[in-house]
Amino acid sequence: MFYRESGDFKTTYTEDSQTFPIKFDRIRYYAVLAVAFGVIPFFINDYWANAVFVPFLIYAIAAIGLNILVGYCGQVSLGTGGFMAVGAYAVYKLMTSFPEVSIVIHVLLAGGITACVGLLFGLPSLRIKGFYLAVATLAAQFFLVWLFNKVPWFYNYSASGQISAPERDIFGIILTGPNTSASAKYLFCALMLLALAWLARNLTRGAMGRRWMAIRDMDIAAEIIGVNPLGAKLSAFAVSSFFIGVSGALFFAVYLGAAEVGESFGIQKSFLVLFMVIIGGLGSIFGSLAGAAFLVLLPVFLKNVLVGMLGWPTDLAAHLELMIVGALIIIFLIAEPHGIAQLWRHTKEKLRLWPFPH
Amino acid sequence: MNLKFAALVAAAMATALPAMAQDLHFPSLSYRTGAFAAGGIPFADGYADYLTLLQERDGGIGGVPIRQSECETAYNTEKGVECYESIKNDNPLIIQPLSTGITYQLIPKVTADGIPLHTMGYGRTSAKNGTVFANVFNYPANYWDGASIAVNYLLSQNDNDIKGKKITLLYHNSAYGKEPIRTLETLATKHGFELTLLPVDSPGQEQKSQWLQIRREKPDAVLFWGWGVMNQVAVQEAVNVRFPMENFIGVWWSGSENDVLPAGDGANGYKSLAMHGTGMDYPVYADLKKYVHDAGKSAGAGDQVGSVLYSRGMYAAFLAAEAAKKAQELAGIGAITPAQMRDGMEALVITEETMAAAGLPNFGFPFSVTCANHGGEGYGLVQQWDASAKKWNLITDWIQSDQEVINALVEEDSAAFAAENNIEKRCN
Repeated sequence: MFYRESGDFKTTYTEDSQTFPIKFDRIRYYAVLAVAFGVIPFFINDYWANAVFVPFLIYAIAAIGLNILVGYCGQVSLGTGGFMAVGAYAVYKLMTSFPEVSIVIHVLLAGGITACVGLLFGLPSLRIKGFYLAVATLAAQFFLVWLFNKVPWFYNYSASGQISAPERDIFGIILTGPNTSASAKYLFCALMLLALAWLARNLTRGAMGRRWMAIRDMDIAAEIIGVNPLGAKLSAFAVSSFFIGVSGALFFAVYLGAAEVGESFGIQKSFLVLFMVIIGGLGSIFGSLAGAAFLVLLPVFLKNVLVGMLGWPTDLAAHLELMIVGALIIIFLIAEPHGIAQLWRHTKEKLRLWPFPH
Repeated sequence: MNLKFAALVAAAMATALPAMAQDLHFPSLSYRTGAFAAGGIPFADGYADYLTLLQERDGGIGGVPIRQSECETAYNTEKGVECYESIKNDNPLIIQPLSTGITYQLIPKVTADGIPLHTMGYGRTSAKNGTVFANVFNYPANYWDGASIAVNYLLSQNDNDIKGKKITLLYHNSAYGKEPIRTLETLATKHGFELTLLPVDSPGQEQKSQWLQIRREKPDAVLFWGWGVMNQVAVQEAVNVRFPMENFIGVWWSGSENDVLPAGDGANGYKSLAMHGTGMDYPVYADLKKYVHDAGKSAGAGDQVGSVLYSRGMYAAFLAAEAAKKAQELAGIGAITPAQMRDGMEALVITEETMAAAGLPNFGFPFSVTCANHGGEGYGLVQQWDASAKKWNLITDWIQSDQEVINALVEEDSAAFAAENNIEKRCN
């Protein structure tokens, strides 16, 4: 019924290789975009922006970045928190050193700086694999957090080591600082996510993505058919770090407004983003979004239901929230080890045939 | 996904409906879970119980009923943001996050939204300068006062000469723990002592290497800026390396029963700063028992009554209630707005009579808040743990911090903040 492929004829190669080859899928995609950019910005308030949408969008960018590295190139990384910190501190230094330059450029530059750092920490991946690489990236996590704690230059010698985002605007619309409107925050992050997701989608289905996947599936075989492991692995590290750096910059500048490295970019952040990728589905852009939505929205949703609607004590609700989220993660991984993305694929299969059984 | 969103919309609509300000809303951003719950629970209980007492005994403040709400932050800045956003349109009269990290985040936000923020003995120290930080208050004392009071105490113990002494600061490696460093460095040059810094990463369960270093260097005193689980671990480690407990001085956040009880008799003699009295010898407890505890209205499990941090929560609620009274007096109406509450806090005068009237005689040092000074005069006490009686004893009179040093530092740090954020000075 839905997702029908029959009757959907393609007459050119461009049509044949588009991202959403099925008509229903395409319409659904445009509908989501229309709601995201045409409806939500007019109705969003501060609570929805700061507690729900902005964290979701920012974590989605980080999850896409990590998915490129882990899901597409097969290089396990536990350094996400550290790389987000690089993005955050880079954008802070840029914002305070060059206040006249647009914040959009600063965010992208912060991504670029993070890409360079990621490249550096990606070098060991040429010699070590699997769990050993995970440990090497873990070292990056701890080193970067230590660095931003230790060297006062990074936090402009402030007394407490906190960094605070000053007010910056683009064309008169304030994007950072306390006076930012909810819709400006939301739209900025949503546009960033759209652009980066579009980039990621096209990178992963092009020659570069195929090289990454070849390395992931079997690196020796990939090398034999002519994939350069140096180029493939390092480009995956660079692109992934760029995404994570942008998300770290947005996380600090747009979402939190003030941050300290140990609390905001600790090892928990690395695990959180890795869980998003695993629960969402390795090697899937949609999976990254779904995983981020699951881990960002569910706790907020549970809190509102348990405390706001049922009126339970806050500590009981907080403990229960941890248990429910944990249990759901376990159930999920048992029922569908390939994540929400796989569930979605199954649903699509079913919807293709529905209401007929065969 | 769509179903979940719809349910989420419904949930948020239900909670976000703004109530008309016919009552006084005192929100509590508490943390009863996580690595810092040991400190968060008693504070939240004390805060809630005192406000419940006012509601039950006096019918609110100035005849207007009190409404309390609680939001769990788990000492986490992201959850703190969520909590703040969920209450900010609900006329919160005063916000007390009990977390320096969350405070730093909220300072620009409350200033933009016109809500007063009270960080009692924590937060950003330079917020003392009311000419720059209009909506932030940190009376009666702050971290830099704490650092200076500790040094002044050491001076009084050593005939006013600590030249060449080795003093170590063991601190939580976060904004909270780093705050006193600048003051201690200035004081080190002034008094000629040698300062060593030993950071402990959050949450602070792992301190073996730091204590090994302390054992090797044998400092004359260890100053301690810890919170939550880190406190208990530090006291236990100090016992393990046989560090003389009387030379181990914690800030007021490292001096509650929870911190010393696990170490048993070994913790005897451990000292900490205090900004108010403790124990059950205050008339207010009779009323609390009658109207709150016996009526089954206690917050939490009700097992924290009389502890140091319970007293501190109570003190915070007492100061908030007095500020609300002042605000009602200034505004001439009962149901005050957050902006009027801010004016009340700025005009707050706490005298011995106000404390006695609230059933807390000699509880804190009398102080008054002015437009330029949001931080009080910086008085504190030193208390010592008696392990056999399981009791904190106050061992000094009120000690004032080195105002000359601290005011200069406050001036410098707040000027930097004002320049960064283009803030014009007030109170001219």
